[in-house]
Amino acid sequence: MPTPSSPHLREANSISRIMRLVCAALFPGIVVYSALIGPAVLAQIVLASVAALFFEAVMLKLRAMPIRRFLGDYSALVTAWLIALTFPPLSPWWLTVTGVFFAIVVAKHLYGGLGQNPFNPAMIAFAACIIAFPALMSEWPAQGLMLPFEQQLEIIFGFAPRIDALTAATPLDVIKTALKNNALRAGNIQELLMSQNLYGTFAGRGWEWVTMTYLCGGAFLLAMGVITWHVPFAFITSMAAISALCWLFDPGRFSDPLFHLFSGGAMLGAFFIATDPVSGCATPRGRLIFGVGAGILAYLIRVFGVFPDGIAFAVLIMNICAPLIDRYTQPTVFGRRANGRRS
Amino acid sequence: MMRTLFSFPGGVKPDPNKEASARAFIASAPLPERLVLPLKQSAGVAPLPCVRVGERVKKGQIIAVAEAWISVSLHAPTSGKVTDIGAHPLAHPSGLPAPAIVIEADGEDAWRERQPLDWQGLAPREVQCYLQQSGVVGLGGAVFPSHAKLGGDTPTEELIINGAECEPYITCDDRLMRERADEIISGVALLRDLTGARQCLIAVENNKPEAIRALRGAIGKHREDFVVVTLPARYPAGSLRQLIYALTGKHAPVNVLPAALGVQCFNVATVHSIWRAVAHGEPVVRRVVTVSGNVRAPKNWEAPIGMSMNALLQLSEPLDDTDGLIVGGPMMGLSLPLTNAPITKGSNCLIARSPRLFPPRPPESPCIRCTACAQACPQGLQPFELYWWSRARNFDRAAEHALAECIECGCCAYVCPAAIPLVHYFRFAKGELAAAARERQMADGARDRFEFRQFRAEREKAEKQAKTAAAKQAAVMSAAAAPSEKPAPTPPSEP
Repeated sequence: MPTPSSPHLREANSISRIMRLVCAALFPGIVVYSALIGPAVLAQIVLASVAALFFEAVMLKLRAMPIRRFLGDYSALVTAWLIALTFPPLSPWWLTVTGVFFAIVVAKHLYGGLGQNPFNPAMIAFAACIIAFPALMSEWPAQGLMLPFEQQLEIIFGFAPRIDALTAATPLDVIKTALKNNALRAGNIQELLMSQNLYGTFAGRGWEWVTMTYLCGGAFLLAMGVITWHVPFAFITSMAAISALCWLFDPGRFSDPLFHLFSGGAMLGAFFIATDPVSGCATPRGRLIFGVGAGILAYLIRVFGVFPDGIAFAVLIMNICAPLIDRYTQPTVFGRRANGRRS
Repeated sequence: MMRTLFSFPGGVKPDPNKEASARAFIASAPLPERLVLPLKQSAGVAPLPCVRVGERVKKGQIIAVAEAWISVSLHAPTSGKVTDIGAHPLAHPSGLPAPAIVIEADGEDAWRERQPLDWQGLAPREVQCYLQQSGVVGLGGAVFPSHAKLGGDTPTEELIINGAECEPYITCDDRLMRERADEIISGVALLRDLTGARQCLIAVENNKPEAIRALRGAIGKHREDFVVVTLPARYPAGSLRQLIYALTGKHAPVNVLPAALGVQCFNVATVHSIWRAVAHGEPVVRRVVTVSGNVRAPKNWEAPIGMSMNALLQLSEPLDDTDGLIVGGPMMGLSLPLTNAPITKGSNCLIARSPRLFPPRPPESPCIRCTACAQACPQGLQPFELYWWSRARNFDRAAEHALAECIECGCCAYVCPAAIPLVHYFRFAKGELAAAARERQMADGARDRFEFRQFRAEREKAEKQAKTAAAKQAAVMSAAAAPSEKPAPTPPSEP
């Protein structure tokens, strides 16, 4: 009989528990999202979850791995929820399924499955879909649009025509267009958003509360020790810093840091996406660099780029750099810290 | 007195599980009929047997004598007859037998003449030799010969007495400090005089308030200036390098001995045994062993070295579902099937294992680089990187990530959510690296021998040629001197 190796004790923790905690931290955000923006997101969550578990099971089967055990780690579920939360809530069903396919099959399993993917699967899904279907991925529900749930489902599943009037530019889109057209010489960016009824208390109307709930969910993950403070801190600080810099430079053309932090996917990105341990940095200093890079790139892409938000590409670019950053930020080993001298 | 402590990185807080065995007084285990004494009970070289089969021995008589500096003598734990000198199974997962001396007890337990050492007038070197002949080793588990730690070139600044006992379940040092604080403090004073230490610090985790009280009381009674330092309970606070850092702020890499930093560190049980040896002439023939876990009567037993582990376990009445033993603590100890292997000087704890107390590790999941292991590592390593390279059999990269600094404390594997037996991988990688180094050494040796052989062949050839040439010369000369004689035949030329 082979005797087990020490230690013979183990903390009650598992990958499954970590993933369930992430889902729990996302839950309040989903509730607020569906209450303020529309219940369509619930349909997207269910759709993405079913698709993700299906693709995950198929890939595990093809790779001859224990299906029940690996489905039970809930990692596919976290990916599915992140996809559902980053895609427009009224996306057609096939767009969501395509995204999930890219995430689970291509980005995750073709690279070796859980723990082996160099890129964040949910962000690969977002990037692939926004390049392939830019129009659909930019159709966000118009402000204050409150369709009945059945009608939202009909739109998602293609039984009702997709009317342009349903969707409108997001606040981020508005400021980007304004910046490009240089149309804001006279007025202030905030006033423009107000005039279009897009601005809420401190950011995009409605969305500000959704992102606020993500922030609370992130704080929960921090408290539970699922993530460390490095990435969210660096991400938020760097995004606040660069947006403050631009805003102070020209408050007429650039909006304030608070607006940027609570718009689009900033909070989701800071706490749930850039913190992905598999594709991100692992050393403390590396994580700070990763967060700073992702925050700055996200700002630059969302303000000066062509896409509605910059989180996905910012995170993917930092994913590319992560192994290199890790290599050059290895912490000093304990005993070698002071060369035997008193520290 | 408050002292600023330095905080080592990482560490974990497993359930201490110490109350059960810490409650009762140390009990004396009944003398078994048969004692098996493995020769190698310390780090370094095994001592050489100096008794014959059939010979009668007294308790405390040397039965194997140290023949190297990193080695200690072995003593008969009771009086009786030597019945066998040969291979016997040890407490090791391999179950491989090792040389041992077997003694059949005569039941009289009669000591050889015991004489205390008048150490005050002796040179430190003589005390060191006395300790070596008394079989004193580190009783915390590392079993390094204590005498060999003393007498370094660097003057000792701090003498640290380790009573941290940070592993769960183990309470033998706790009980010893509570019950024999006097002798421990006397031992500390002896070591202070031997090392010339300027400061003596006794480190105890804060979950042992009674031990701390007992030590402080004894220090007061002896009018000494030793300081009992209360450590926050965090595993592995009692690990040598973590403890030294916590108390002094000095960093010791694995390849540097604490003595080189002006620090000497002894376990409380070792100090106690040193005092017994010097003041009472009693060599190390017994030790206190915690028996805990899946037993009805968890307790600390003072047991003779060489007693069967199973026999000792039976004294604490193991429950029916006991399926094995953990020798040492649950974080670093060995897991063995129920065994009759003997208690040795390093056996500080026996834990009866059951599936309820120690559920088997779930199957290993993929590493998701969550870095829980890096946050728990008290050596500041990146265990997930070490795991990655060890698993990929890229041992050189593992070595680059300071695999050698791993102390195998088990914190990483304790916290790993993927249930990866990380320490197991690291032991494997260390073994492979050691094997590779040995092979390289052997290859180097073979190459050196081959090169030297070639060099020697060349040299001999050159010498031979020179000799032949000289002979030829001589022949020519003699021929020239006597032209009438027949010329000498020329020797055959070298092929």
